[in-house]
Amino acid sequence: MSTPLDKLFTLSKSKNRAILIGYLPAGFPTQKKAKKIIKAMIDGGVDAIEIGYPYSDPVMDGPVIQAASEQAIENGAGVNEVFDLLKTSVNLGAPSVVMSYWSPIEKYGVEKFAIEIAKNGGSGVITPDLTYEESDDWRSQAQKNSLNRIYVVAPSSSDDRLSKVTKECSGFIYAASLMGVTGARASVSANAKQLVDRIRSVSNKPVAVGLGVSTKQQAQEVAAFADGVIVGSAFIKIVQESGAGRKGLKRIKQLAKSLSEGIESAK
Amino acid sequence: MDIAKIKSFDSDVLGHFGPYGGRFVPEALIAALDELADAHLTAQADPEFHKELDNLHKTYTGRPSIITEAKRFSEYAGGARVLLKREDLNHTGSHKINNVLGQALLTKRMGKKRIIAETGAGQHGVASATAAALFGLECVVYMGEADTKRQALNVARMKLLGAEVVPVTQGSKTLKDAINEAMRDWVTNVETTHYLLGTVAGPHPFPTIVRDFQRIIGVEARKQVLELTGKLPDAVLACVGGGSNAIGIFHPFIEDKSVRLIGLEAGGKGVETGFHAATISGGSPGVLHGTRSYVLQDKNGQTVESHSISAGLDYPGVGPEHAYLNDLGRAEYRPITDDQAMYAFSLLCKSEGIIPAIETAHALAGALEIGNELGKDATLLINLSGRGDKDVQTAADYFGLPL
Repeated sequence: MSTPLDKLFTLSKSKNRAILIGYLPAGFPTQKKAKKIIKAMIDGGVDAIEIGYPYSDPVMDGPVIQAASEQAIENGAGVNEVFDLLKTSVNLGAPSVVMSYWSPIEKYGVEKFAIEIAKNGGSGVITPDLTYEESDDWRSQAQKNSLNRIYVVAPSSSDDRLSKVTKECSGFIYAASLMGVTGARASVSANAKQLVDRIRSVSNKPVAVGLGVSTKQQAQEVAAFADGVIVGSAFIKIVQESGAGRKGLKRIKQLAKSLSEGIESAK
Repeated sequence: MDIAKIKSFDSDVLGHFGPYGGRFVPEALIAALDELADAHLTAQADPEFHKELDNLHKTYTGRPSIITEAKRFSEYAGGARVLLKREDLNHTGSHKINNVLGQALLTKRMGKKRIIAETGAGQHGVASATAAALFGLECVVYMGEADTKRQALNVARMKLLGAEVVPVTQGSKTLKDAINEAMRDWVTNVETTHYLLGTVAGPHPFPTIVRDFQRIIGVEARKQVLELTGKLPDAVLACVGGGSNAIGIFHPFIEDKSVRLIGLEAGGKGVETGFHAATISGGSPGVLHGTRSYVLQDKNGQTVESHSISAGLDYPGVGPEHAYLNDLGRAEYRPITDDQAMYAFSLLCKSEGIIPAIETAHALAGALEIGNELGKDATLLINLSGRGDKDVQTAADYFGLPL
């Protein structure tokens, strides 16, 4: 059975176009505003949504997402806000996944978590700190609920590791473009293309590139060799600078549009 | 001495101690963790490595550390015989140097030139800065901003030793957040950098590596106690934050079933108040900093801030091997409040002329409890894990002494 996200990748492949994936933590800056931001992203041209589960110890994240997560947690965002925002996003027509560190999932209960994701229309879950060796429970629950299991691979991953981890993946493979944490970078490192090439040699699943992408030009660059472009910190930074009122939402939509144009021009 | 010998309760190859341990980290770190595990295994099997480390301990650390019998202190501990394993007399003033020198040698073997470390009380940071100076390595220490204030003396020591100290302003601004920042640095600079983790927590192989380098405490103490008393102690006590000094002294006694192993956690203002760092006594199984163990967390799996008068125990997690020993019933863990610890702190100062670290004072408070429970025929071995010079300011504030 294929998820809405699987179908999106199949469709975009037939058009030879990469998809744009936008990230936002649940409850940021408030749950109500988060829903408006998601809508602005989608209106601007974001194809799929990644809802972040705000976590107290996000070791994969740079200062921008850390600050957003902290704010969301202070506002009381937890598992209910994650499912609620997921549902909103799905209802707006975008294939959607949740990105969560392992601790909150394990605390909530792996089985229950998988059931709720499916119930709210989610396509799958990105698990940035779940190694495949620790995945037995998650694998069986995700399979039972027909969810994509999206793992992150990095430039430092050995060939052996790449082949094992990509076998575990479904939906897409999340390629971290560089060694480091999330956040906008002046340039997307040459490592990104190299890593995607290495992934292609062991897997024919879709590959999306994340970490560091924030501009139209970077989106175009990445879309030339990847099946998906993931942008998070750049959207959050707008909210931190301009809020999520009319001005902020307009800027969100503009960024989504410009990233989407970048991807289109890579065709 | 071959510290690689006599190991029980080893983890499986993936670093699991029963249901605990393992690896919950970004994929970017796996290659480095594998490299480290390999380097450790190779080193453990290499007599040259042990020779080099033993020699360092003899000529630099000051090992073996002595045992002091605390006769006057014992009067307050139900008359039980109280033996102190004097890790406070090590170079840099605590047990932390044992692990740091071992990992610094591994760093050299891996050809890395830069080490990063987290620190709470500053003891591990000082030990890391010391080893970096000794081996000519670049050293960056991450320390919660709140801790840089309550342990200002150790910040100055690290800087004098040539290390860069980075105050961490995220989250609760304590040890937990210092570890997050160190992990982020490591993810970014893993090719050139070794993360010299200071406790028996974190992803595999850290809990095993740090334990292997701290075992020397228990190996020496077991022999010393047998020589001194002709028998094994009735109980071995140590304070537990992450748990490195405790596992170090416990481990060689695990197979001695008659010996009670007792870890004393930081009960802060009392476990029932929620203001504590007693992870096993007051927490539940969860995942933090790359390992599964007991954690202080809320219903959403968010880490809850810990509280303790002792910066070195102020951590919402604990090593996975301790979690396993607890569940097996092989070791027991009790909370000690700030007030109990400070009473024991003062008592050791005045009855024995030894100023302990406030972390260590938790173990001493435990000895007062256990001694009174077991009575005068009992022998208690206590890991005096660190000295209290760094805590003079905190103690003076607590006791209202003008400085």
